[in-house]
Amino acid sequence: MTSIITRRRLTFGAAAASTLPILGRGASAQAPLGVGFIYVGPIGDHGYSWTHDQGRLALEKEYGAKVKTSFIENVAEGPDAARALRQLAQAGNQLIFATSFGFMNPTIQVAKQFPKIKFEHATGYMRAENVATYDARFYEGRAVIGTIAGHMSKTGQAGYVASFPIPEVVMGINAFHLAARKVNPNFKTKVVWCSTWYDPAKEADAAKALIDQGADMITQHTDSPAPLQAAEQRGVYAFGQASDMRSFAPKAHLSAIVDDWSGYYIKRVKEVMDGSWKSGAVWGGIKDGFVKLAPYNDAVTPEARKAADEVTQAIASGKLHPFTGELKDQKGEVRVKAGETATDEMLSKMDWYVDGIQA
Amino acid sequence: MTTAMLVSILMTLIAASTPLLLAALGELVAEKAGVLNLGVEGMMLCGAVAGFAVAFSSGSTALGLVAALLAGVAAAMIFAVLALSLGANQVATGLALTIFGIGASSLIGAGFVGRTVQRLGPVFPAALSEHPVLRVVFGQDILVYLSLALVAGVAYVLRRTRAGLILRAVGENDASAHAIGYPVIAIRYAAVAFGGALAGLGGAYFSLALTPMWADRLTAGRGWIALALVVFSAWKPGRLLLGAYLFGAVMTLELQAKAAGVAWLAPEVLAMAPYLATIAVLTMMSLGRKTGRLDAPACLGKPFSAS
Repeated sequence: MTSIITRRRLTFGAAAASTLPILGRGASAQAPLGVGFIYVGPIGDHGYSWTHDQGRLALEKEYGAKVKTSFIENVAEGPDAARALRQLAQAGNQLIFATSFGFMNPTIQVAKQFPKIKFEHATGYMRAENVATYDARFYEGRAVIGTIAGHMSKTGQAGYVASFPIPEVVMGINAFHLAARKVNPNFKTKVVWCSTWYDPAKEADAAKALIDQGADMITQHTDSPAPLQAAEQRGVYAFGQASDMRSFAPKAHLSAIVDDWSGYYIKRVKEVMDGSWKSGAVWGGIKDGFVKLAPYNDAVTPEARKAADEVTQAIASGKLHPFTGELKDQKGEVRVKAGETATDEMLSKMDWYVDGIQA
Repeated sequence: MTTAMLVSILMTLIAASTPLLLAALGELVAEKAGVLNLGVEGMMLCGAVAGFAVAFSSGSTALGLVAALLAGVAAAMIFAVLALSLGANQVATGLALTIFGIGASSLIGAGFVGRTVQRLGPVFPAALSEHPVLRVVFGQDILVYLSLALVAGVAYVLRRTRAGLILRAVGENDASAHAIGYPVIAIRYAAVAFGGALAGLGGAYFSLALTPMWADRLTAGRGWIALALVVFSAWKPGRLLLGAYLFGAVMTLELQAKAAGVAWLAPEVLAMAPYLATIAVLTMMSLGRKTGRLDAPACLGKPFSAS
């Protein structure tokens, strides 16, 4: 044991020593702050990973020469992530953002080995002295687009192209469906699981299958614009994911849930710079600017527009919580009592569907 | 199930099968000449990005298809120089080509993310191509018809013509083919180029027909399925057609079953089905033989040098 530990320390010592002359760390206060990112997809996905990279670019714009950012894209969730994180840590980064749920365990593991480096993990729930978590309340945006879908759907059926049944996705499906059902009590939401975050051809085929089954509103929790293109081709409506995807489907794209991480990234980098950074959990929504809605398509009826704006404002002001009781799961069991709202704890472990969802 | 739904499912199925068929048919010809090129995925991505870039810049989908074909050939030539002329290990070179293709396509495509082009349209006039039922036959794009014609063409050339006989001779026994005066390396170059051309077109089917856009790793591993299909087909074009449509059918039906809420069959079972079928076919084929070589060309993957 001892020899292993010693050797490990030696390796780290050597790594630190070798980076010293390059970065000139400690030699001057002017050295740029290294900020590293790992992404689960390609930054060219024009979706989730792309929005995180927009946040990284916002950092460079904000701080110029005071920061030095780097990223590794297409990092597989699991052991590979530990390797990527270690690489960024050894390259002298002081703050590292691990931007996908599946990076959780590797982040905790690597953070233990680099106690002086700050880590931030998106959408997870495990924290440490030097690991903070951050997340966006995407479900708030989904409640808004659900409202639009409820107003605009003629068949009363939406198709949901989904990735994996993790709490994040499940709560999105529920929030969307609950909002649509509020408008149309007979609304149905059908889910197709693609078992991938990113496979454009498969996502498009899933959307087509849902349209074949009668859905005239397509929404998605996968990362490419392919479902929108399928909707455009078949002449039904759809919603963009993570970023404004209107250029892919000018007629079909009614709106989109837009992720905006830049405000949080700028704030956290500043905190590392002035030494006030602390571990914690941030879960920002519409109010905090984490979640935005893309401009509505002209096809959105004035009625739907008005309802969507009202929902957006009510959520932002705290008057409306998308998960307000009484909510029953599909077995009829009451999950949220009348008059109560779901706690964050409940949301982050959500594994049940409300009635009317076929998942 | 209504007729309209059936027609729609068939359209999706044909579209899902076509890129697999194109890429696999090209690889089949290369393997018949004794060359194992594992770079199909890489060549498809090169074709996909080149096709999109040219179609976007020129506004012409036809030019995009030509560019995709040429890009596939260019990528295949990298492989050919290394593996055929310089005798590098074919497995390693092919894998390297795939990794290269992923990186190169991502680099070239960086400027095209977020753009879209006109979808590759049907060949026949709207009266036929938009007919509610007949569109299954007449509503397809040029690559669907081309892929089917190529299956027949390749089957005919391989089995009935002298050129096909020479190609197979090179793949079965390169030394003998060389001894009776055939240019083994040149023939293999041609076969690899043909494989690259079809892989390029298969890739362009994604960026121009299925999902008219460019995004990194657009083909998402279909090149590997194409490689598996060649083995599945026992190097026979007819069976390759069957295999490609079987894979396409299972990929489509898996999603349809989920959308229809079929509960008695776990969707995961459907997702496994094509791979189970591959194993079953391979097992049946090897049971019938003593050699256990599954009809693979005898010189598949072996480097040849004339000296």
